[in-house]
Amino acid sequence: MKRLAALFGAALIAADDSFILRNVTIHPVTAPAIPAATIVVTNGKIVDFGAKIALPKNAKAIDGKGLHLYPGLIDSASNVGMSEVSSVRETSDTIELGDFNPQLRAVSSINPSSDHIPVTRGNGITTSVMYPGGGIIGGQVALMHLDGWTWEEMAIEKNLAMQMRFPSIATSTFSRSFGSGRTPYAESKRRYEERVKLTSDFFEEVRAYKQRKAAGGANFQPERRLEAMLPVVDGKQPLMVFATRECAAREAMAFAAKEKVKIILAGLRDSGPVLKEIADKRIPVILGETLDLPLEEDSAYDEAYALPAELHKAGVTFAFGTFSVQFARNLPFQAAAGVAFGLPHDEALKAITINAAKIWGVDDRIGSIEKGKWADLILTDGDPLEGRSQVKQMWVQGKPVSLETRHTKLYEQYMKRQ
Amino acid sequence: MRRREFALSLFAAPLALQAQQGVTVIQNAKILTITKGTIEGSVVIRDGKIVDVGANVMVPPGAKIIDAAGQFVMPGIIDCHSHIATEAVNEGTLSVSSMTGTGDTVNPEDIGIYRALAGGVTTANILHGSANAIGGKNVVIKMRWGKDTPEILFDGAKPGIKFALGENPKRRGGAPPNFAGGASTSRQRYPATRMGVEDVIREAFTDAKAYKAKWDDYNARTAKGERLIPPRCDLKFEPLVEVLEGKRLVHAHCYRADEILMLLRVADEFGFKIKTLQHVLEGYKVAKELKEHGAGASTFSDWWSYKMEAYDAIPYNAALMHKKGVLVSLNSDSGELMRHLNQEAAKTLRYGGLTEDEALAMITINPARQLDIDNRVGSIEVGKDADIVIFDKHPLSNFAKVQKVFIDGRMYFDRDQDMSEREAKKSKREKMIEQQKPAAPARPQGGRRPV
Repeated sequence: MKRLAALFGAALIAADDSFILRNVTIHPVTAPAIPAATIVVTNGKIVDFGAKIALPKNAKAIDGKGLHLYPGLIDSASNVGMSEVSSVRETSDTIELGDFNPQLRAVSSINPSSDHIPVTRGNGITTSVMYPGGGIIGGQVALMHLDGWTWEEMAIEKNLAMQMRFPSIATSTFSRSFGSGRTPYAESKRRYEERVKLTSDFFEEVRAYKQRKAAGGANFQPERRLEAMLPVVDGKQPLMVFATRECAAREAMAFAAKEKVKIILAGLRDSGPVLKEIADKRIPVILGETLDLPLEEDSAYDEAYALPAELHKAGVTFAFGTFSVQFARNLPFQAAAGVAFGLPHDEALKAITINAAKIWGVDDRIGSIEKGKWADLILTDGDPLEGRSQVKQMWVQGKPVSLETRHTKLYEQYMKRQ
Repeated sequence: MRRREFALSLFAAPLALQAQQGVTVIQNAKILTITKGTIEGSVVIRDGKIVDVGANVMVPPGAKIIDAAGQFVMPGIIDCHSHIATEAVNEGTLSVSSMTGTGDTVNPEDIGIYRALAGGVTTANILHGSANAIGGKNVVIKMRWGKDTPEILFDGAKPGIKFALGENPKRRGGAPPNFAGGASTSRQRYPATRMGVEDVIREAFTDAKAYKAKWDDYNARTAKGERLIPPRCDLKFEPLVEVLEGKRLVHAHCYRADEILMLLRVADEFGFKIKTLQHVLEGYKVAKELKEHGAGASTFSDWWSYKMEAYDAIPYNAALMHKKGVLVSLNSDSGELMRHLNQEAAKTLRYGGLTEDEALAMITINPARQLDIDNRVGSIEVGKDADIVIFDKHPLSNFAKVQKVFIDGRMYFDRDQDMSEREAKKSKREKMIEQQKPAAPARPQGGRRPV
């Protein structure tokens, strides 16, 4: 590894960041693995790869004997960089006040110096979908590289989708101020209906605004909050709708049909007949933590574990999201947990690479090892879905990225203590 | 003297015979014994105990045969920190709640027991919560799903008690965040600082020592024939006296290195041992002191940053402490995490480069040692309880799942059986719901309400 490190060091200081990585097993994800292969990266992009390819002259060569090359992993729902210590409110910028905040941008809540960014990178995640929360419409979801001096440099798409949490009937509640409590069903239902109406009214307001804008005239006053919704009602930007239970998913789909908007369902936990409806309507799903408890006391013990396999069987296009900060680094294990309970291994890997990229409409740039795509790559000593594997090196747009973290530094520091 | 054994007597309730009678042989398996390497062969179980392990074993006539070809057999997983199967976890009103205990609230019907079984867990340490500097007593249970309360207790496990340091026990010292009741000060409770936590523990043991002295004096004098009125029994101090006498294990929730060191020094001063430090996320900073004291460490694989005192937590903690000579286990503190402790153990290969045996020891023999039950469980060895898990793949693979779980030689979980019963259970459930639906409401007659 020392030799490898020295070569990376050289790569870091070289003006030209082109390199050749050879003698490595390449897992393009969109095609079968190629053993003893070579890849050529120039100007941050994959120029060519394969068992026998023409090599450019004078490019730095790295030997990857015994190692595996995968595309960088993509977390389809993350708050990394938006919150540092979850119990300390001052460090958390994920949830804003108010019910309708489409004008908010997750991108500007991301602290590029957060210790969570390198920690998450450490397990092979190069790219994350960062979402804001709070109320019904939380704001604009961003696609970020987990590398960059500023949030601007990190951003791939500042305006990827619009976050929305569909109202639901919640009889049990929990808040840090008041502890856990229960609301009577009738009261909860009344509140739910009120919020559904609020949501419909808001969309109506947006459409009225659109008409006013189209009509133009001297009296037209732009309104930022409504303006931010126009790409959504025009069907240009998807709504990332958080819906856990079957009823919420059905209602979200009905709502989308009524409002003629594109949706991506996020955090779905129920299976059953709703999956067929989701598949038929070609609505993509972002799955949350696989290693989760069953929803009901008498649900099958492996209900959550088997959910990814259920989606696959039903023909639903899905990707995994951690919906987390501290556990974002466990994205590959979240995918792996589905494999034990019936999800084909390749599908698990796709759900954190190419299928994620497709769902978010960025598969022209990321998600697989293909000619012309960005060189977002990870070099590992084994299957990245396995707990024992190590990520040895990472490149983001062809640039080597440090895998040193707060954790590796503390480890090294305290190993030295006598 | 007799008084002080009162608490212990609760655990000595007569136990029904738990063990599966007869002989079972698990064949053709890769056996991860933990303490004696990996063997391709068989495990012979007789009357709930392991009687033979090896490549070539004598299969007694009439033995029940379980073919585990291509599968992996390991000892039942032990979780050193859990709160499943309890109706109550925290008695949070007092800073010293040693008179309480989770043993009084064990619920053998908690579905968490079955779910834990399905994750390969056979034994768990059911701890009191962390709201108090000195919390309640704990019990160790075996996941004997379907049995009653006394029968799920781990017969013969040494009793213990929970301590807690840092943010949790001092939380009630400040006004609760955003508390809207306007009466926050009435909810305040000493201590509010880490120095206050130390003071609470020191005060409790100072009093416990005085209490013990009274009893020792009484016992010594009555032994010589004096007739005396016995001192008043105090259930708060009884468990602490047991700690001082080495009869009760201390399991202390802690995070920061400074508070860990504080507790070790207080224990040294009063002459007792800390059996395990729980969570102990900064244990890696004071591994040397842990080793010197002989304290075990029971930690998470990779949790961090969920509160301020967890900000220096590193996933290398378990491996680093192990490398420095500390007895380390990986725990769950969660009904979910508990179900895949094998995958948590696998993370020690990634973070710190432990060997497979070292990783698996952290969820088997090491927690057994920390609970003083290693003579009974924690490895596949002749003479030990037949608490055994069969995985379809190597348990350190994220793709492995539990197939069968035995406790005392009796099969308590079988994935095939679970799967085959699902349809029947589903229709039974639907039928029960149908039966519970009220008949169409009777129309009130004459506009009068029934009286």
